[in-house]
Amino acid sequence: MPDFAVFTENLGKFFGGFQAVKNLNLAVEYGEIFGFLGANGAGKTTAIRMLCGLLMPSSGSGAVAGFDIFKQGEKIKRHIGYMSQKFSLYEDLTIEENIEFYGGVYGLARPQLLAKRQDLLQDLGLSQQASTLTHDLPLGYKQRLALGCALLHDPKIVFLDEPTGGVDPEARRNFWNLIHAMAEQGKTVFVTTHYMDEAEYCNRVSIMYQGEIIALDRPEALKKQYGQTSMQDVFIHLVDR
Amino acid sequence: MQTHIAIEHFSKNFDGVEAVKNISLSVSKGELFGLIGPDGAGKTTTMRSLCTLLPVEQGELSIVGLDVRKEVRRIRSRIGYMPQRFSLYPDLSVEQNLLFFADLFGVPKQEKFQRLQELYHFSKLEPFKKRLAKQLSGGMKQKLALSCTLIHTPEVLILDEPTTGVDPVSRREFWLILKKLRDDGVTILVSTPYMDEALLCDRVAFMHKGQILALDKPDKIGRLFPYALYEISSSAPQKIQNHLQSQPSVQTVHIFGDRVHASFRESLSAEQLATIQRTAPEPIAAMRQIEPGIEDTFLELMKQVE
Ligand SMILES: Nc1ncnc2c1ncn2[C@@H]1O[C@H](COP(=O)(O)OP(=O)(O)OP(=O)(O)O)[C@@H](O)[C@H]1O
Ligand SMILES: [Mg+2]
Repeated sequence: MPDFAVFTENLGKFFGGFQAVKNLNLAVEYGEIFGFLGANGAGKTTAIRMLCGLLMPSSGSGAVAGFDIFKQGEKIKRHIGYMSQKFSLYEDLTIEENIEFYGGVYGLARPQLLAKRQDLLQDLGLSQQASTLTHDLPLGYKQRLALGCALLHDPKIVFLDEPTGGVDPEARRNFWNLIHAMAEQGKTVFVTTHYMDEAEYCNRVSIMYQGEIIALDRPEALKKQYGQTSMQDVFIHLVDR
Repeated sequence: MQTHIAIEHFSKNFDGVEAVKNISLSVSKGELFGLIGPDGAGKTTTMRSLCTLLPVEQGELSIVGLDVRKEVRRIRSRIGYMPQRFSLYPDLSVEQNLLFFADLFGVPKQEKFQRLQELYHFSKLEPFKKRLAKQLSGGMKQKLALSCTLIHTPEVLILDEPTTGVDPVSRREFWLILKKLRDDGVTILVSTPYMDEALLCDRVAFMHKGQILALDKPDKIGRLFPYALYEISSSAPQKIQNHLQSQPSVQTVHIFGDRVHASFRESLSAEQLATIQRTAPEPIAAMRQIEPGIEDTFLELMKQVE
């Protein structure tokens, strides 16, 4: 298989008789910020869960970080970071317990974990609140903590499923600064969002509708192709039918 | 105009932390009023207090003329509230959830089916009406929760970030429903992190750290922005931003999608404009002065009370 961060050929997923993802073809380069956009229920989360080795596909083939998504789910989990739509933090654990939990999941050795934990708490400005319940953190902090946990094992590829849902304009800009910084370090960022200004910040975006990708290109190219001035207008033009 | 929501000198403490600090505002009957502001600003606390879900110790709150402290039952029967985390019945289907809430609110039969059609048009959930709520995508769940709230027509609707996770097409449809309800005389208080939605409100209040820092029609909020604002188009907005950030004459600089907004103490002369264009690290396709919008002002106001 060619060397892409994310590569799929005709990837599909059925839930019973319902086909949530149809013939997904993707080739995402290493170091790319790839925006995975689409209507509600289009199949984005389903596709991401297959790519992260969390859900068995029904058809097609695919590889993430060079590992087969059908057979090497465990390897994939070690090489990627995943931040789920609901932030996947344990609300009833303290901040440091969450970090330790994820460090364990990603198989970090104890000394490494302790060092990472300290760095992360410091980055977040939460060193003093390490034993606060995660539940009591403001949303913006939860989001950054969740990202920090997904990055503990320094993965090459990160999947972010609506990381900025419900987040205010300033916090979203701060979060995107983190995304750009990750990309500059060479990480691949695969991100979904319903904020169309964020779509402009991606190198390339795809737009999914009813299980299929109906457009895929650089934001400038899509605006040009569909004669629209913003990605919001491109999205509405393509999805409202 | 009849006042439907009245907040006077309202404050709220949680364990000594002041979540809301002496705010006052009133919303008229048939007004669509937006609350914006960062996480932790006090929006949810204010909304929950209005809905009789938190004890009120300081200040006066009333809904349709009823005192929130004294008329809990009567108020609850006259408002619709959608909390940030609305609970659906996960093991009921889409349709069963909707019918359950319709019955709970005593919606008459004819009205029920007409409303269902309207809501399905917005939510696009009709093809999935037999699907269990727990099998829906995140945005579909949110749209079902909204539909359950809107299945009846209360006098006052209080919606806490209703469109989180909802795609742009459905958001537009949702706001058409809100406007229609508003035109029918329903009073609506809604919080949102989307600035394009704030623009659709009749008036908005910007809350930060428990205070109201601005309250006006959305197209007037920009007047609070203290600098001359320019919009810059370039194929490398990130680099333009980084460059401008280091320029002493630049007051603020933010990326807005594929554009950069930069502000200066005063309007620039043609010469100054030319210099900026010439010294930029990447070509600037266009640079023009614009009226500050609500998002520019949001970002600026956040800084002022740090
Ligand atoms: N376990 C399941 N059983 C049946 N259908 C499912 C299941 N999980 C997901 N689906 C369906 O698959 C479709 C795709 O869902 P998915 O969560 O991937 O959408 P999405 O693109 O992430 O949407 P959103 O923007 O709302 O998050 C939806 O119609 C959903 O109801
Ligand atoms: Mg999803």
